This record gives sequence, structure tokens and C-alpha cells, in this order.
Amino acid sequence: MERTAVLERFDVEKVREDFPILTRTVNGKPLVYLDNGATTQKPKQVIDAIVNYYTQLNSNVHRGVHHLSQLATDAFEVTRRILRPFLNAPHEHEIIFTKGTTESINLVAQCYGKAFVRAGDEIIISAMEHHSNIVPWQILCEERGAVLRVVPINDAGELDLDTYKSYLNDRTKMVAITYVSNALGTINPVKEIIQAAHAVGAPVLLDAAQAIQHIPVDVQELDVDFLAFSGHKMYGPTGIGVLYGKEQWLNAMPPYQGGGEMIKEVTFAKTTYNELPFKFEAGTPNIEAGICLTHAISYLNELGLPNIAAYENELLAYATHQLTEIPGLRIVGTAREKSSVVSFLLDGAHPYDVGVILDKLGIAVRTGHHCTQPLMDRFAIPGTVRASIALYNTREEIDTLVAAVKRAAAMLL
Amino acid sequence: MTINEIQDELIEDFAFFEDWMAKYEYLIQLGKELPLIDEQYKKEEYLIKGCQSKVWLHADHRDGKVIFTADSDAIITKGLVGLMIKVLSGHTPREIASSDLYFIDQIGLKEHLSPTRANGLLSMVKQMKLYALALQANES
Repeated sequence: MERTAVLERFDVEKVREDFPILTRTVNGKPLVYLDNGATTQKPKQVIDAIVNYYTQLNSNVHRGVHHLSQLATDAFEVTRRILRPFLNAPHEHEIIFTKGTTESINLVAQCYGKAFVRAGDEIIISAMEHHSNIVPWQILCEERGAVLRVVPINDAGELDLDTYKSYLNDRTKMVAITYVSNALGTINPVKEIIQAAHAVGAPVLLDAAQAIQHIPVDVQELDVDFLAFSGHKMYGPTGIGVLYGKEQWLNAMPPYQGGGEMIKEVTFAKTTYNELPFKFEAGTPNIEAGICLTHAISYLNELGLPNIAAYENELLAYATHQLTEIPGLRIVGTAREKSSVVSFLLDGAHPYDVGVILDKLGIAVRTGHHCTQPLMDRFAIPGTVRASIALYNTREEIDTLVAAVKRAAAMLL
Repeated sequence: MTINEIQDELIEDFAFFEDWMAKYEYLIQLGKELPLIDEQYKKEEYLIKGCQSKVWLHADHRDGKVIFTADSDAIITKGLVGLMIKVLSGHTPREIASSDLYFIDQIGLKEHLSPTRANGLLSMVKQMKLYALALQANES
């Protein structure tokens, strides 16, 4: 992506004007939204597109010959078309629409599992996975009599790559790893992970739910086999997700669900399945979200992910520095390569209590185990307070957070 | 005092707090001061698991009355647990089972009983009423 002169300096004030919700108040205080790891806010470009869809386009896709259906289908397929270069995928039909990251991972676990995983085979995940990249593989392993192997992490929250490599062998049938940890912010060395897996013939699925909005992802350069992410964490609508899969894997996998759209011909004797991507897209999709995701991607493309990342990293460094100054505050997750997530604990205070007080001060953070209970057990903590930073956050908001954490400390300790 | 008299008293007490800070400071203080449960009951079988904070609840049936003790690992939750105990403990199973806990709403802490808070408090209230219902069924 070309860095334009206009964006030489990231104009956050201008960006904030695109997000109407940021002007509202919470508990009488201006909203400070730092729960972007859970979901991001939507720019007016996306909101307007949603209104436009229901006022101008609403119709089912891939079915009707009538005009509106054609318009809706075209708009829906534009998203696939725009996603191809966004991911640098070789083919549009390697992009499958799902409900979200969770469904993308479940699709691979079930369909790839049926075709390729047998008793005694091994699946590798890591200790920092979100439950949605643990449980589908556990279910698969139970069904197939396969073995789940978990790559440990160090105290900084970085993967133990030597152990990972020692786990790889000819029984390894899948490596499913998160690109960026939702709870710690760790950016994993995915290229190295993929190369090592390929050396033993194992494919790799990357959970990119926390990466896609921060890091330019090139599936060909990574040579990744499957990549899963959600629209709603990248400034797009809820209810649409993406699974990128290499053609040769997708073709070798049985369909996910049966229904309309995924078929070529149905008789009661036998059904032949449709081609990619429709083979994996049974039933009416979330048309509105699918169409409007285009506008979120365009938004990211216009700002430029490298510019966004540079800005967010600057805020991350500032937040980390300011928070560390608070006595008794401990950052959980101190990997050298980090995305814009700061997880922390106040010694002697339960994260829930801190979260309640921050909420009273208008600050939205996530508290708890972040759907990573095994990871919290690894650190022997009940959870953390997590501030996850997005492109519209500011230094002033970080200052507000820091002041609020100090106030919480004064009240609780 | 009846359950409703205790609730009304709490509502009156809370009316003196000028802002949320004072209210929460009171809750935190309450949480810190109350040694709510005997250590022997702080184990798995008495645990009500919220997604975020944990609550332990123990019930004793003495002279026709239910005595609740409870605890939480989060201090604000513990303060709220303390309020619930103040209101419900020491009453008959019938009174507890049929009680309407309106005070939480009136003192402006309703959000803590929302399922999204996942602090175990809502489950605790349900559990308290279930104990009472079970005892009531045994009595009759």
C-alpha cells in the first residue's frame, strides 16, 4: 500500500469524526472505548452502507433473476473480490464466508478432520489460544482418537519454539495457532511456525482474529494453509467472518453443512456439491454484513494498515510506559513482538473490581479470562484487565485510563 | 425485622451517599470488613462460579431459620454478597423463597445482577432461593 502524503501524519482527530459512537457519554463521562479486542466500533461509511443496503438493495443472493437479487449478489461478491488482494490470496474462490472466526475454525476442524485426521494423529495448538481455537480441536481429537499437543509459553507470553519443533512429526496433521494473542497481545512468529510445519507435511491454520485489523497479511508470503478472521473486529459488521483456505485443501474437504447454495444437483439418490466457494456456504448468508464488510476493508485500505500499525504501536508504547509507572501494577504479556493490547493486574485487586470502577469512569475495558482459561491458569491468575487499542484511540484517552486505574487502586487497596 | 424492613433500611442508608464513589467505597469497606464464610466452606462444592468472580455460599438451617454465609474473591462482589446476606439471612425458608429483592434496584446497583456481569451474584441469589425452597418442601 502506498503511503500517501495526506497520511504522513496519522490524523486521529479526523479519524474519530468517522466514528459517531465515540461522541457519546457513559455514566456521565465521555466514552473511552478500549475494548477493541472484543469488537471494534464502526465508521459511518459502514453504518451508511447498512442503511443503504436495507433501503436500496435488500434481496437474497445467488438465486433470483430479478434485478434486486442481481444487485445484492454483485455487491456481496464485491467483498470477496476486494478481500482477494487484501489478503493477497491467489483465487477469489479460496475465500469462504462464515459467521465469524469461530465458525471458520470449526469448519476446518470438522471438514479437514473428516478427510485427514485418524486415530493416533496429532493436532498442535498453543497455550495462548482462545477457547475457539482449543475446543473445536478437542472435539475433533475426541471423535477421532487423535492427540492434542499444546505448545507451552514462557513468562513473557512467547511461544516456546524449540518445544513446538520437537512436537512436529509425521503424525502431525494440523498446527492451529493464533497470529496475535487476544489476551496478551503477543505476535507469534507465524512464518517460522508455518515453515516448520510444512517441513513435516502438516498444514497450518492461523487464527487471525486479532491480527487482521493491525498487521498486513499476505497469505502467499506466509504460505499459510488456512486463515480465519471476523468482520466485527476489523470495523465491519457483526455476523460475517472469513475463512481463507488453499484450494487444494478446500477441494479435498467434504462440505460443512448441507442445504441450499452448496449443491449442484440434488436427487434423493445422490447430491453433487457445488464448486468453491459455494460448497462451504450452505443457506442464505448474512447478506447485509457481507456487503458492508467491503466498506470496512476499504476504510482500512484508505488509511493503510502500516500507518495504522505505526500509530497503534506508538500508543501501545505510551500506554505500557504510563501504566508501568503505577505502583503495584503488573503487565501480563511482555513479548518482544506485541500488538496493541495491554493486559494488567493491580496487586491485591481482583480484575473484576478494577473493571467495575473503570466502567463508572466511562472507560470500557475487558476484564476476566478473555476466553483463555488455560492461559490464565498458566500465569496462575483469575484474569486480567485488558485495554485493547484501536486506530481511533488517543494519548488523552490513555491518560484518562491511567488516571482511572490510579483512582481504582486508591479505592481498592 | 422482616426482609422488607431490612431492604427499606438499606435504601434509606444508601440515599445518603452523594455519588457512586461513596457508594462503592461503602461496598468495598463492607467487603473488606466481613469475614463472611468459614474457611472450610471455601471449596469446590460451595462454589458458585461466575465467569469473572467466584462466590462461595453456605447455608445452615437453625431453629426454623436459614443462616447464610458467603464470600467472594472480588471485593465489590463481596460487598454486594454482604448486602444480600444482611437481607436474607436469619429468615424462614418461606420468607426467603417468596421474597422480592427490590432494594438492589432502588440503591442503584441493579447492573450487578445482570447476567452480563458474570460475577456469580445472580446465581447466588438463585441458589439462596433454591435452598429456601428445598427446605420449605422438606418442612411440608
